[in-house]
Amino acid sequence: MEAPETDRKVVFRARGLTKVYRMGEVEVHALRGVDLDLFEGEFVVLLGPSGSGKSTLLNILGGLDAPTGGEVICQGRNLVQAGDRELTAFRRHFVGFVFQFYNLIPSLTARENVAIVTEIARDPMPPEEALALVGLAERVDHFPAQLSGGEQQRVAIARAVAKRPAVLLCDEPTGALDSKTGIVVLEVLERINRELGTTTAVITHNATIADMADRVVHFLDGHIDRIDTPAVRKSPRELSW
Amino acid sequence: MSILYRKLARELWHMRGQVLAIAVVIAGGMATLVMSLTTLDTLVDTRDTYYRDYRFADVFATLKRAPESLREPVEAIPGVQQVETRVVSHANLDIPDFPDPAVGILISLPDGRNAELNRLFLRTGRLPEPGRAGEAVVNEAFAEEHGFRPGDRIGAVINGRRQELEIVGIGLSPEYIYHVAPGDLFPDFARMGMLWMNRTQLEAAFDMDGAFNDVVLTLTRDGRSADVIQRLDALLAPFGGQGALDRSDQLSHRYLELELDQLRTMATVFPAIFLAVAAFLLNVVLTRLIHSQREQMGILKAFGYSHVDVGLHYAQMVMVIVAIGLVIGTGMGLWLGQMLSELYRDFFRFPYLEWRISTRSLAIGTLVTLAAAAGGTFAALWRAARIPPAEAMRPEPAPVFRPTLVERLGLQRLFDQPTRMILRNIERRPVKALLSATGIAFACGIMAIGTFQQGAVGYLIQVQYGQVQRDDLTVTFTEPTSRRALHELAAMHGVDHAEPFRDAGVRLSRGTAAYRTGIHGFEPESRLRRILDDELQVVTLPREGLVLNDFLSEYLDARAGDTVWVEFLEGRRERVAVPVAGVVREFTGASAYMNLDALNRLMREGTAISGVWLAVDADFRDAIVRDLKEVPRVAGVTDRLTAIQNFWDSMANIVLTFAFFSTVLAGSIAFGVVYNSARIALTERARELASLRVLGLTRGEIRYILLGELFLITLVAIPPGFLIGLGLVYLLVGTLDSDLYRVPLFLTPDVYAIAASTILVATALSAAVVARRLNRLDLVEVLKTRE
Ligand SMILES: Nc1ncnc2c1ncn2[C@@H]1O[C@H](COP(=O)(O)OP(=O)(O)OP(=O)(O)O)[C@@H](O)[C@H]1O
Ligand SMILES: [Mg+2]
Repeated sequence: MEAPETDRKVVFRARGLTKVYRMGEVEVHALRGVDLDLFEGEFVVLLGPSGSGKSTLLNILGGLDAPTGGEVICQGRNLVQAGDRELTAFRRHFVGFVFQFYNLIPSLTARENVAIVTEIARDPMPPEEALALVGLAERVDHFPAQLSGGEQQRVAIARAVAKRPAVLLCDEPTGALDSKTGIVVLEVLERINRELGTTTAVITHNATIADMADRVVHFLDGHIDRIDTPAVRKSPRELSW
Repeated sequence: MSILYRKLARELWHMRGQVLAIAVVIAGGMATLVMSLTTLDTLVDTRDTYYRDYRFADVFATLKRAPESLREPVEAIPGVQQVETRVVSHANLDIPDFPDPAVGILISLPDGRNAELNRLFLRTGRLPEPGRAGEAVVNEAFAEEHGFRPGDRIGAVINGRRQELEIVGIGLSPEYIYHVAPGDLFPDFARMGMLWMNRTQLEAAFDMDGAFNDVVLTLTRDGRSADVIQRLDALLAPFGGQGALDRSDQLSHRYLELELDQLRTMATVFPAIFLAVAAFLLNVVLTRLIHSQREQMGILKAFGYSHVDVGLHYAQMVMVIVAIGLVIGTGMGLWLGQMLSELYRDFFRFPYLEWRISTRSLAIGTLVTLAAAAGGTFAALWRAARIPPAEAMRPEPAPVFRPTLVERLGLQRLFDQPTRMILRNIERRPVKALLSATGIAFACGIMAIGTFQQGAVGYLIQVQYGQVQRDDLTVTFTEPTSRRALHELAAMHGVDHAEPFRDAGVRLSRGTAAYRTGIHGFEPESRLRRILDDELQVVTLPREGLVLNDFLSEYLDARAGDTVWVEFLEGRRERVAVPVAGVVREFTGASAYMNLDALNRLMREGTAISGVWLAVDADFRDAIVRDLKEVPRVAGVTDRLTAIQNFWDSMANIVLTFAFFSTVLAGSIAFGVVYNSARIALTERARELASLRVLGLTRGEIRYILLGELFLITLVAIPPGFLIGLGLVYLLVGTLDSDLYRVPLFLTPDVYAIAASTILVATALSAAVVARRLNRLDLVEVLKTRE
């Protein structure tokens, strides 16, 4: 195993990750051997064409899915071998998710969609505070069907950050947002990253977002093509698209 | 976990239609069970209490005449607790404005007192006063038939002497709860009455001063009936004792027991079938319900809820539904059970009802339902638990495309695009379609077991009173009579045809099996009484030997060629071995038949007959009946039409009410299943259908795609549903067999028609509800959120 490049602590260490989906006779190789370290407190952006395996990797890191091969070490334990109880605790206390398709619970209001997570977290912020953070203080009692796609996505972000997770995994959090709202959301992510030291990984198709990252991981066809380390990290305010 | 509760409440409210439909399925099964067992337990309890409170005897004996002094040795028999001697006899009654002959059974009461055993329950009026002749208490059923009240008078020919009797009271006795005249299937309350009179008067009338001709007794706790009967018979033999009967052979008790057995079978088989079907349907419905929630489970798990948390959440959802169903079912069951119990109370004429809620039915119903619900829920949750959250949150993978059978056969041009979508959808998700179809088929099947009885009973009556018993009037004599009586009756004006018969009370035995019944002797060329073979074809009565009906043949395990012991319970009380000459098919009774001459020879009785069958001109029927009353020694006249009427009246009360309630419950189960299938299909496909609408399909087209599938599945499910119905009826009919009657396995077309139309109406109504929702389908909303 390689020695870490810096003295920063490694949060996730993925080695030789593969994921094969079998659908009848067709085999889809979503991941073909991915090695990646995520360091504590860093802000990583994952870029890559559609279908290149970004979501698959994030799901595996977050303990939502099991790889076909390889290992993921987190806090000294191999997630791949972890039992259901361990993975549940891991998801409950350690990671926050923002999904590509929001995945809100339609029968709960915005506040309740956040509360459903804060209720079981150790040191959460109040749901109202999390929603205020994403600019939805006025809409706490609205149901998902009464919110726009971008608003739903912001509820999803509030839901992810409300428990103050150690790691925040975001799958296209700004995909559905206009640039002004997108910047608001990114500011939230950046502030959480900065103030709470939350390790943050963001998938995006928007290359400009890469400018605010500590590192940029480029995906291609199931493996990591290259990793860039921008010299300067811009603040979201300086971005535009 | 308050948010999860809120989610639960909101979602249950959102799908309240479906919740109610599932609850109805549960309620249907539960109600059937509670209704049946509550009725049964109530009746059995009532009977037991009635027997105990009114001191129903354990042993019954009749004799010719014995001095009262014999009472002491009877009391001294070990195992005997209490003895009551009585004078019991018959009288022909003359009831004002009632032309038919009626028979009264006269039972003595100790002067001015109620009996010690088989006590009278006095509904109104009083007991006969000591020293007053001509006062009688009559039984309630008889009184109701004729509208008697205390103070009314009837005529009675007591031992040849005509007397006026005053009805002073109306009462009930545990001894005559369900008194059926020999040879009849059901009681004829109008033509047979019980009259309780002072002992002194009956002693005088029947020349029984200081004597008795009937004795009843109770046993001590450890008294053995068989031993007591043996000693009692020995004591009574010199006095013309006819063999004491244990309570289990007592007429009223036996018929009551048969009826309760019948009810017991129905009360266990019906609910067992219902509950099993309901449990299965519940399982199917819940499996699909939980399955449709897989995405939400994925979300909950993604945020750190454990399998247990998620499982509990959905288990709570199921429990709420189950609880609603159980509460509705229990309420309905108790209500129906109470109505049914009251019907039965009136039918059996119990003086009161020991209303009892069957706790075991509550326990059994709850456990079975919970088990079924837990099974369905757990299986679905287990399946859901095994999918990683990431996958659960993704929409279900689009099924692998395969051209449907229709397309492979090149028939697709016959169908338009929406129809092809229906066919493809069914073919791609065959398991789902199969589950829906199975549920609907079972719902269709249980309709049959509720509705078949009426038709089957009609068929039974058609065979019994159309093919077997074909006489218009059956005349029975008080005792075996010479053949001359036949010619007298045949000569009556309006009588077309007359045939003699001889009924002999016997005990048939073979090996360890024994059965008390009657041998009916008639002439082989008889037209008014016939016997039928397996295929219900008329067969000729053999010259010699015994013919058993199928029930008796089965019971005694005796076939043609075997020998059975015949012990006559009258006359010379011969015991002879007789070969079985054949077995005949009968839906009623447990009878044996014999050539009249052969029977007479066996009994060494010359040519005695016990009655005559008459075919009469309908115009003269009333006149003949009136004249028959004047003929000495005529004990009674049974009218075939009255017998049929009695049969229907009894059936209507007993079986058909039960069946009616069951049909209603089966209908609601059917409804719940169909509605659920429709609603779940809508939930599962709302997105797809909304997308189609967005792509430009009309409301009519998407309605057709969803509802067309529902109707197609329903139509496909109905024929197997008929088969299931037939199978369930077969199961039920097998368990309903009793010596009283066997319900034939005979399904009239209307059974199928009712089952099919219930299902179709349920489908149409469900379709209407779903169509309304489909019309209000908010395209944007559906597409925006993901359920
Ligand atoms: N459940 C599944 N079954 C079969 N194939 C799958 C499944 N999930 C993902 N795939 C395939 O795996 C590959 C990688 O998918 P993934 O979702 O990781 O891509 P992605 O990089 O996130 O793309 P996008 O930017 O479009 O979200 C794709 O080819 C996809 O079709
Ligand atoms: Mg993706």
